[in-house]
Amino acid sequence: MSLNVGIPRFLGTNCDEDVKRWIESKGFRATYLWYEDRFESKDFDWIVIPGGFSHGDYLRCGALAARTPVMKSVQEFASKGKPILGICNGFQILCEAQLLPGVLLQNKNLRFIDQWQTLTVQNADNPFSKMMTTQQHIRLPIAHGDGQYYADSETLQKINNNGQIWLTYDENPNGSALNIAGVTNEKKNVCALMPHPERAQFEWMGSSDGELFL
Amino acid sequence: MITIGIKIMPRDVILDSQGRAIESSMKSNGFQVQSLRAGKYIEMTLPAASHDLAKAEVERMLHEGGLFNPLIEKYDIYFN
Repeated sequence: MSLNVGIPRFLGTNCDEDVKRWIESKGFRATYLWYEDRFESKDFDWIVIPGGFSHGDYLRCGALAARTPVMKSVQEFASKGKPILGICNGFQILCEAQLLPGVLLQNKNLRFIDQWQTLTVQNADNPFSKMMTTQQHIRLPIAHGDGQYYADSETLQKINNNGQIWLTYDENPNGSALNIAGVTNEKKNVCALMPHPERAQFEWMGSSDGELFL
Repeated sequence: MITIGIKIMPRDVILDSQGRAIESSMKSNGFQVQSLRAGKYIEMTLPAASHDLAKAEVERMLHEGGLFNPLIEKYDIYFN
């Protein structure tokens, strides 16, 4: 049976088509979801929130998108324990929607950073890590201005103890706490990362490690 | 109608990248700056019957509407 994946689109989303093609390349069905519309949880198996600059990054990145009708349906989807993946701006949106702990601040060096990163898989017990193993190194590109993961020390300790730190940077590009590149919620069904797995499907792209996510 | 202003600042524990960049620019232009932090100011006009009601509505926007993020920001409310 082919998975049916919903892809929310906001004003300013720009990785939607890459994500759709990536999902379809696996033989899954992919459907765009407009930010002003609600959807039924039963109609989808996964939700993947793509990157971009939703609602102009105004107020705070992800803050305005997090409070749209489609995200009310994403909240319901999450509460049913169904898998959600957020990439880049999708990560920022999920944090602002309080579906993930912490928040993403502007990169410590104030620059937009676009480069390849080596990551370490810290925990592989979520729906988007089935082909990964703990302590495996993978290579993915990042492209963000606001990727510095921040949470207070109590939260950092809690997510560390719960195994919610999914991916870390081997060399920290943006000042992220504990070198965090990706986290999950406590139930491990909501997962997000700043790097772009959909931009690493084939060796000619620089790496095919994005294939490990689906 | 009541006009109300909301000052939103990064919390003290947050490294304020924007403020640091502005401070560095001021200093390199020869201005003496002890410290500098940058936030944002939002001004809005509400159809509220009193200052208290307007303030209560703005508090709801801050806490329920996502106008600020308590993890990283603090706010002050001003009446013009």
